[in-house]
Amino acid sequence: MTSPLQAKSALTGPSVINMLTATGKVVEGLCIRLGLYAHTFARAVSRMSTRPWHLRMLLQQAEQVGVQSLPVVLLTALFTGMVLALQSYIVFHRFSAESLTGLVVSMSVVRELGPVLVGLMVAGRIGASFAAELGTMRVSEQIDALWTLSTDPVRYLIIPRLIAVTLMMPLLVIVADFVGIYGGYAISVHLLDQNPAVYIENTTQYMELSDFYSGLVKAAFFGLLIGIVGCTEGFNCKGGAEGVGIATTRAVVISCMSILIADYFLTAWMFG
Amino acid sequence: MNQSQLPRISIRGLSKRFGEKVILDGVDLDIMPGRSTTVIGMSGTGKSVLIKCILGILKPDAGEILVDGENWLTLTEHEHLARMRRIGMLFQGAALFDSLPVWENVSFALLRQGVDKKTAKQRAIEVLEWVGLHKIEDLMPSELSGGMAKRVGLARTICHKPDIVFLDEPTTGLDPIMSDVINRLILRLHKDSGTTILSITHDMKSAAMISDQIALLCHGRVHRQIPSDQLDSDQDPMLRQLVEGRAEGPINCSGWGKQMEEAIQR
Repeated sequence: MTSPLQAKSALTGPSVINMLTATGKVVEGLCIRLGLYAHTFARAVSRMSTRPWHLRMLLQQAEQVGVQSLPVVLLTALFTGMVLALQSYIVFHRFSAESLTGLVVSMSVVRELGPVLVGLMVAGRIGASFAAELGTMRVSEQIDALWTLSTDPVRYLIIPRLIAVTLMMPLLVIVADFVGIYGGYAISVHLLDQNPAVYIENTTQYMELSDFYSGLVKAAFFGLLIGIVGCTEGFNCKGGAEGVGIATTRAVVISCMSILIADYFLTAWMFG
Repeated sequence: MNQSQLPRISIRGLSKRFGEKVILDGVDLDIMPGRSTTVIGMSGTGKSVLIKCILGILKPDAGEILVDGENWLTLTEHEHLARMRRIGMLFQGAALFDSLPVWENVSFALLRQGVDKKTAKQRAIEVLEWVGLHKIEDLMPSELSGGMAKRVGLARTICHKPDIVFLDEPTTGLDPIMSDVINRLILRLHKDSGTTILSITHDMKSAAMISDQIALLCHGRVHRQIPSDQLDSDQDPMLRQLVEGRAEGPINCSGWGKQMEEAIQR
């Protein structure tokens, strides 16, 4: 049996101190990252209202975020809608409610899966690209070169990326919503022999415009998160190739986790 | 004292540390207008940090940086950026923008100042020809050799006709012939336009060739400042050790030179 003295010494022993030190380091790291993200956002917002606006950079980034992400977003949305239709049909068939498949597919895609899955895809593709691109520019002194050429790196590199990803995410989600719903329709009608007219009627009857808008608000917010995390990690990258690798991995992991966490709070706020 | 006798850049008590490591420990240095000054020193003595502090890329912990009498450390970011129009900087690795063709790299500052594309491209071609590069304006930086990239970097540095040019290791990583080409171009820039130049290097041949004044940076301070024609005759032990490239001597106070010698003997 452990004496009170031994218990006390165990509580204050090296293992407890190590655990507290490790916890402290994690909390400190988290606070530093949050501070960096807030700093990037504040620096960008404080410059947005005044010239120069680098419109060419904005268009380039919008093309990269929007047009070049379309194939991966379309495929993700199509197969998500198809799987969702299959799964929903199997479950609803148990209590003869197959006609609800269309409603469940469309509501799930529009309110939840569209913005979240597109967010995760864009985080993997664009968040990584922002961090790698800016990180490489940082370690090869290109960001310092911009400064010496009388160009504000925040205006030139960060603001166009933030605006592009925030604007393009809702557009990608609109496309993903339609493709996802079509995927569900195709499986339900052509594979599971549901009546197309009933499917469409059930899909549209109970859906409200607010369901659609809420997904778009989420998408814009997720876009902003991806932009801030990717740009901050790249812009503050240290070291050589290893530093760029760390920044890129961190950008993807933190963006994905932020999207899932933010999704819960946004859903609770909008539908709670 | 008339205007031309005032230093173009005056550095007083400049200090910078990274964590516990002291890099600059009260640097005092004057750079006169129209003169070419080179700061020499071993790798890691803070030469690049010194230039980055002057340019506002790094924030020093203490000291003063006066450029034409104006303290640049009290400027806002916006004011600092406006002053950068007078500055040209050649980075060690050239730091060309990968996503832009050569001519846009060279005329980047002009394009940002609102000069139209046609005029900017024409000026870029002129400056590229000045550095001995012909018909490469539409290539991408990835298509250039190291020597070409360095010359494009030099063209970008001078394209907007700056008053003060900073050169960070202009000949590092180049073969001896290309180093000579770069040195001659810098010398020509200095003689032709009277531009004030501050360069940093540990290439003694380059330092002797391109500068009027040489300052030795050691242990975070300017240890010695001499006219460049005295580089071979000055008897300062630290300067001699660096010029002659010896491992043993007063600079290696940490003792690694002695340790190396012992290891070789073993």
